[in-house]
Amino acid sequence: MHRRIMAAIGAVFFALIALFALAQPASADGEQVSGRLENRVDGGRTPVPGVTITVTGGGFTDSTTSGADGKWVIPVPAQGSYDVSIDLSTLPEGIGLTDPDKIVITTTVQPPNLNRIVIFPLGESTAVTNSKWATAAQLAFEGVRFGLLIALGALGLSLIYGTTGLTNFAHGEIITFGALATYTLNAGLGMPLLLAAILGVILTALFGAFQNRGLWKPLRKRGTGLIAMMIVSIGLAILLRNLFLFFYGGDKQAYTEFVGAAGLNFGPVSVTPADIVVIIVSILALGAVVVGVQKTRLGKATRAVSDNPALASSAGIDVERVIEVVWIVGAALAGLGGILLAFTQQVSFQMGFQVLLLVFAAVTLGGLGTIWGAIVGSLVVGLFLQLSTLIIPSELKNVGALLVLIVILLVRPYGLLGRRERVG
Amino acid sequence: MDWSFIISTTLLAAFGIEAIVFGLAAIGLNLQFGYTGLLNFGQSAFLAVAAYSLAVLVSQMGFSFWVGILVGIIAAILLALLLGIPTLRLRADYLAIVTIAAAEIVRLLLRSVTFKEWFGGSDGINDFSRGFYELNPFPIGRYTLGPVSLSQDQLLIIVVGWTLVGLALLVTWLLVRSPWGRVLKGIREDEDAVRSLGKNVYLYKMQALIIGGVLGCLGGFVYALGRQAVNPDFFGTDSTFFAYAILILGGAARVFGPVLGAIIFWALIQGSDVILRSLIDAGVPVFSLMTASQAAVIRFILVGAGLMILMIYRPQGILGDRKELALDAR
Repeated sequence: MHRRIMAAIGAVFFALIALFALAQPASADGEQVSGRLENRVDGGRTPVPGVTITVTGGGFTDSTTSGADGKWVIPVPAQGSYDVSIDLSTLPEGIGLTDPDKIVITTTVQPPNLNRIVIFPLGESTAVTNSKWATAAQLAFEGVRFGLLIALGALGLSLIYGTTGLTNFAHGEIITFGALATYTLNAGLGMPLLLAAILGVILTALFGAFQNRGLWKPLRKRGTGLIAMMIVSIGLAILLRNLFLFFYGGDKQAYTEFVGAAGLNFGPVSVTPADIVVIIVSILALGAVVVGVQKTRLGKATRAVSDNPALASSAGIDVERVIEVVWIVGAALAGLGGILLAFTQQVSFQMGFQVLLLVFAAVTLGGLGTIWGAIVGSLVVGLFLQLSTLIIPSELKNVGALLVLIVILLVRPYGLLGRRERVG
Repeated sequence: MDWSFIISTTLLAAFGIEAIVFGLAAIGLNLQFGYTGLLNFGQSAFLAVAAYSLAVLVSQMGFSFWVGILVGIIAAILLALLLGIPTLRLRADYLAIVTIAAAEIVRLLLRSVTFKEWFGGSDGINDFSRGFYELNPFPIGRYTLGPVSLSQDQLLIIVVGWTLVGLALLVTWLLVRSPWGRVLKGIREDEDAVRSLGKNVYLYKMQALIIGGVLGCLGGFVYALGRQAVNPDFFGTDSTFFAYAILILGGAARVFGPVLGAIIFWALIQGSDVILRSLIDAGVPVFSLMTASQAAVIRFILVGAGLMILMIYRPQGILGDRKELALDAR
């Protein structure tokens, strides 16, 4: 048994290494912050020269202006954290920041990214002062979009928790895996993005099945406790995240075909084509899983196992088969979430880790182990996250969302949709 | 390969500030998790509030060193109350999620631009440790202990740090062999049984959370004074998980487990890192394919793999007793 677990862990490593060997390692020379200013309008990119960029941090300040190709480089004296700001008054007429929060970007120069690349999102100037309601509508839309992405992660986490009791801290790395696999196929092997994304979802589903077979199933058979398994999942998360960092480096990457297209306006809300894709695909995926769990035989079996594994087993349900399907579906959902998340956030080794706490918040908010709870909780978290920026600075929006989690646990420890049962 | 450099770097990590900071954090966790079964995933927040209380009070508000330490300890107690009141009645995994969320809240507030005036944003704060080093009784000079050479300030923080570790171990030892400590172990094994004996389980858990938090927060002081700087990103979830890895490596629910764990953990981490770097510098064929930045990541890959393997094959760690420690009580 021990040998099988070791063999499986080893196999996971080799599979990962084989998959990721195509990724280029991070380049590293002197410490510097650099970037390229590009005006992205209607799918095209034109360099923006003559804009003043300032880097400050640790007592150091230096400015430069972007060259004819829009590029700028500022060497910094040491590793550490720097604030990079753009002087809006030096931008040409009609060009502005598409994300007004990005006027100052904080970045950390540390191994493995001694050359920190900072991108200021430039585009058609949206300096028109919107009314409070228009801003709220835009934020609500973004909240729903982000909520749907969180829901893709949360539904898988909740299903796995429901059937096996595992609080999986490595779920964020499944999200990252999906995005990285797609990025590798797309940017590394030159596949079209759509094909790469479909294969990315399949690979992530296989990754989930493999994780279950190689690690979690043997652990369940040994009778490993739930808390011990939770700590194993923490170890797995640290291991996978750093393997991703090892092979991909710490920089953010973008899919090759993906171009930041201009937004279409629906009343006060500006929607990009990528937003529409993200929303439709996630609603379809979530809907399919919800219907599947409610209507199909396997779905009913899943709910039975969630309710009481021993009773389900005695009723003739193959519990291990159900768990395997849950892992495959859960991982595929999470991978899809990561792939779609990278449309707006780009691909990075810690993208899943960064949303994991929000996914946890969503699942706990909705009620651990409930299916609708995970989705409702995610939408609440997404909406709250974006709408709270009306009142608090956007850098603190995660603080607000996590505080809400703590407050809700005080009032309704079983979550919004969870059953009222003893959890203490 | 420069073996004397490798050995001195490894020794300094095994007995220096890193081992002390994480040793103290793990001693606190030992009382909470090892003895009481509380899954506190926010230990880094206890270190953070202590370190930042000291730094903010001394550097931004001009209070003396001792006021900073006192307020830091009070802040750790308040944090424990704040975390414990909503969650200690809930199941173990809820406590885990709430504490990890709270720790992240603390870190995000500390590094935010909004509060930069007070906490220094992502740069942190660095001019607060003079009051401590002015108390240094060691005369100025280099102190050579075997292959390691220390300045008088480094020597001071290491001596103070290990004294704190010693005191924390003494406190733990006295507490866990008292009747109070037996109740804690009872709660870990079977909460309902303890409740049926008329004990107020909630109160005992709260006391364990507070005492463990205060023991851990001493690590925050040592970190701040040893580095003579505080930086918000040190207090992320990874630091908490390292403390867990150390606790499990040494042996949870054993008084000396955390300290043994911290020494071995840092010797392995730093030792493997230095050896790897010198192999790369020496141009040894396979290793020279790796960049320096990739080599720096190897140690974290090892931590993750080590934590998994340890938890699966030897959850009691080096010193622990498998029969005593039912990690899966709930």
